[in-house]
Amino acid sequence: METHRIRAVINGREITSEPGVTILQAARANSIRIPSLCDHPALPPSGACRVCLVEVEKNPKLLPACTTPLTDGMVVDAFSPKALAARKAVVEMILIRHPLDCFSCESNGRCELQDLAYELGIEESPFRDDGDVCTEHELDDTNPFFIRDMNKCILCGRCVRACDHQSGYHAIDFQFRGIKTMINPPVGSKLEESDCVFCGQCVQMCPVGALTEKKAVGQGRAWQTKTVRTTCPYCGVGCQLDLHVNGDRIARVTGTEDGMPNLGRLCVKGRFGYDFIYSDERLTKPLIRVRKGEKKSPDDEFREASWDEALDLVSSRLNEVMQKHGPDAVGGVSCARSLNEDSYSMQKLFRMVFQNHNVDHCARV
Amino acid sequence: MTNTIGEFAKAKLLFCIGTNMTEAHPVAATYLKNGVRNGTKLIVVDPRRQELADYADIFAQLRIGSDIAFLNGIMHVLIKENLYDKKFVEEKCENFEEFAEKIEEYPPSRASEISGVPESTIVEIARMLGTVKPAMVIYTLGITEHVSGKRNVMTLANLQMLLGNMGVEGGGVNPMRGQNNVQGACDMGALPNMFCGYQKVDSPEISKKFADFWGVDSLPGQPGLKIAEMINGLPTGRLKAFWIFGENLVATEPDPRHVSHCLNSAEFLVVQDIFRNETTPFADVILPSAAWSEDDGTFTNTERRVSRVRKIKEAPGEARPNWWIFKQVAKRFGHEWPSNSGRELWDNEISVLCPAFAGVKFFRLDNIGGIQWPCPNEEHPGTPILHKDGKFSRGKGLFQAIDWVPSSEQPDGEYPLVLSSGRRLVHYHSRTQTGRAKGLNERMPEEFADISVQDAERLGISHGEVIRVKSRRGEVRIKANVSKRIAPGMVWMSFHFWETNANHLLSGDLKHFDPDTMTPSFKACAVRIEKIA
Repeated sequence: METHRIRAVINGREITSEPGVTILQAARANSIRIPSLCDHPALPPSGACRVCLVEVEKNPKLLPACTTPLTDGMVVDAFSPKALAARKAVVEMILIRHPLDCFSCESNGRCELQDLAYELGIEESPFRDDGDVCTEHELDDTNPFFIRDMNKCILCGRCVRACDHQSGYHAIDFQFRGIKTMINPPVGSKLEESDCVFCGQCVQMCPVGALTEKKAVGQGRAWQTKTVRTTCPYCGVGCQLDLHVNGDRIARVTGTEDGMPNLGRLCVKGRFGYDFIYSDERLTKPLIRVRKGEKKSPDDEFREASWDEALDLVSSRLNEVMQKHGPDAVGGVSCARSLNEDSYSMQKLFRMVFQNHNVDHCARV
Repeated sequence: MTNTIGEFAKAKLLFCIGTNMTEAHPVAATYLKNGVRNGTKLIVVDPRRQELADYADIFAQLRIGSDIAFLNGIMHVLIKENLYDKKFVEEKCENFEEFAEKIEEYPPSRASEISGVPESTIVEIARMLGTVKPAMVIYTLGITEHVSGKRNVMTLANLQMLLGNMGVEGGGVNPMRGQNNVQGACDMGALPNMFCGYQKVDSPEISKKFADFWGVDSLPGQPGLKIAEMINGLPTGRLKAFWIFGENLVATEPDPRHVSHCLNSAEFLVVQDIFRNETTPFADVILPSAAWSEDDGTFTNTERRVSRVRKIKEAPGEARPNWWIFKQVAKRFGHEWPSNSGRELWDNEISVLCPAFAGVKFFRLDNIGGIQWPCPNEEHPGTPILHKDGKFSRGKGLFQAIDWVPSSEQPDGEYPLVLSSGRRLVHYHSRTQTGRAKGLNERMPEEFADISVQDAERLGISHGEVIRVKSRRGEVRIKANVSKRIAPGMVWMSFHFWETNANHLLSGDLKHFDPDTMTPSFKACAVRIEKIA
């Protein structure tokens, strides 16, 4: 049986959709924009922020696009005067408590709240009185990976849903009531002692500057970085990473949201383990052993050499061994962390040039 | 893997054995957790009550090294209670009779006696496998790092053929590969018996194809040596010169003293790496490599998905791409290699030589993201699931009659506990990378030995106390982590930190290696623990 497709109009465009999707999901699938904040395509909808309120014909009230199912014949307008006025008021209310220190905020330039305020022409909240700005929370930078500035939290709950749905830990949730509401690990415990495994999925999902990577501080604004997609260098899952690169520095790493197989998810190593490439301890020159005596000794030192000298030595010594003992006296192991093209080249060297098959790697461990 | 990671979230049943997925493959585990929440059944089999057990419908805490007896016991129930897929077995497989005869020797009572898993649990697991179909079998090194590693894997293949769970979505035999590109290194022929693309070196036609393509008269027909044979061949003189590319063998192979002795025996040793490590002191020449993000190419993940790796910066100083280094050596032997980048190597050589990767080209990877091989042509979308409709590479699936054999080193009066080793969440192997990544070291600055509450009480050891763990090879001093997740009689350690590296305790003697794969028994070694103060 052919499934019935829903027909609807969103922002003046006729669309058809599978049943069982929300207005916002249908809009996204058709590249139609409905402003939103607490919703994220990778997370279950929650309807917390009301930024996505839309006007739907024959409905006296505005409806949240993120949680309202699309039904046949709906005519939706996300930018009607009524919807726009409501959205503006919603954002102005969020801004009552939110500090406007965008100047120094790590998220400046990629803050979704900032973008919404800009789009709606809001400079500051008309509802704000002196003392309303949230300053009561101490900056929490006790964990080695990210900074929690709960004064900037807008309680959209994306981090809670990311931890629960994407990471599967539910280490954090809403805590306390009313104006005191905040996101925390279980009452009385620190994040370091909670179920948190520091995958940083909450940081990736935070739309504002409440959660930011420590290593990203001062590494460049969003508009100064370019995004380079690559594959994680750690385990065999092969997560797709977006490197946010400023010059030759990685400012931060996020999971590629449409990348397979991880669909935006990362672990603590994939997200925070990248800076070994910048270590001062990297090998930067070919080194040749200088023997103190006839035999190898732990006291021997290494001296720097040119590539020509090092490669000539490697070639001549391997050649010598093969001349004397036959090609099978030479063997090598390849690297399971390096590129396919490197392993291909190594086995080609052994097979084609050295004429043996003594090439292996840690495949069976 | 025959199947894909994404299937964990929608499979009907997951059978996880010897996989500490939440630490070793954390992102894959997130899909498993999504599945469990959506109603996927989960069976976890492991000597440790590790995190996966928290989500399991049935958890079986088996004794280390008892896998075959345990699995044969399950299959005994499946056959006795007629819960297996007769149609699949008859139409798609062969040698069932001999196999079934062997299984006859493993009633649940015997399987229980050997594995320590209650008979009722074995029956319960068998019934769940027999009624909830299909099931994905997922395993990691808990299966392979034993003297019976290969036989353990074949036993899992027996199980999935018996259940008819091959070639279907939500089924299959799924090893979670360890390193980012261990699948790729196999695919590329860094194996003593295969050219790239799993083309056998002892096939004259294949050999001629490669010789012609590379422009040499001929290539040798005999497979080469495996890692363990090479290392152990150094002191005997079977191997004189050794080239180690990107492996810290001294820290990651069993018994560093033994490995050091072997490397010291090399007439000539080349080490090619990005850092000095425990292995570089034995080198005659150290060649500095470009690291991840300093060269363009590809990795292949555990699902056979080839994905791009991109360069964002130059390698420091005079460090050079690895393929460039190999090319320069070839040149000194009189061979000019044509390719000058990862793209040229893949597009003009690898994908041309290997039918399985023929349709994978850089422009496609750049346009659509990763592609899962086999991918025979440029129109092909890739292959998420292998052996579709029960079509195996060899024709019919071959049942094997497999007996349980005990681990090579059994606990005794002197060394009454069994040590198993592996990797923890925050670090990777010998920490050459994670030890130099800010945050990771702070999160886990030292290693500890996980021991059971019962053993700790027996020896008067408190949590966090420094103890001695001793084997026939050596000893380490290490903090005790007294954990309810560990069964009495077991010790668990990682190999992340040099001083407390579990490998100091393991044996490099080949009698403790799987005779077929030459994989060391990283998961089973007799030890004793002692209170120091």
